Amino acid sequence: MSITVKFFASLRETIGKADVTLDTDNIATAADVWKIATHHHDRINNMLIAINMEYASLDETVKDGDEVAFFPPVTGG
Amino acid sequence: MSVELRGEPFDPWQALQTHQNAKPELAGKFGATSIFVGTMRDFNDGNDVQAMTLEHYPAMTQKHLEAIANEAGQRWDLLDTLIIHRYGDIRPNDPIVLLAVWSAHRSESFPACRYLIEELKTRAPFWKQETTGANSHWVEHNTPG
Repeated sequence: MSITVKFFASLRETIGKADVTLDTDNIATAADVWKIATHHHDRINNMLIAINMEYASLDETVKDGDEVAFFPPVTGG
Repeated sequence: MSVELRGEPFDPWQALQTHQNAKPELAGKFGATSIFVGTMRDFNDGNDVQAMTLEHYPAMTQKHLEAIANEAGQRWDLLDTLIIHRYGDIRPNDPIVLLAVWSAHRSESFPACRYLIEELKTRAPFWKQETTGANSHWVEHNTPG
């Protein structure tokens, strides 16, 4: 399956890329996406996850075509 | 209900007037307009701040601001809601966000406006990067309201 992965703000700088596309069948959850997209980088404290632009948890299931984003706590307003 | 993300500086008071003038159907119906304008300070957490860049996740930001505005409309009896939020390069004294709520009575508009800003600050995907002196750093948390 194909998953689009996005990193924002300080996580983008930590991981060293803004987005990547994963084409593999070895993915079941957002945690798997993190591992493969970051080459097993340690998880970041307070990291937030969104699947298809809705907040999600690392154990949430992903499916073909999903967009998965990782980012730090938000600071708008 | 209107939600706008803007990459250039804007005048919230002009935007407010323009929005209201474009809604003649509201005339005579609203008795209360509650407004929140968030403006960039030149200090934060004890540091002098020269500039700021506001990053966002465009489609998700738009989606969640619209969701927050819709929730406010379900919780309170509102006639209209306007959200304008900046992204990109921002300077001290630049407005960052305008929130405006129109209702028949203040008992609806005040709590709705407060709801918009508090929900926005915890749910809308924006990230501030401040420039202090020769350095820049990501703001890691919101300041207490």
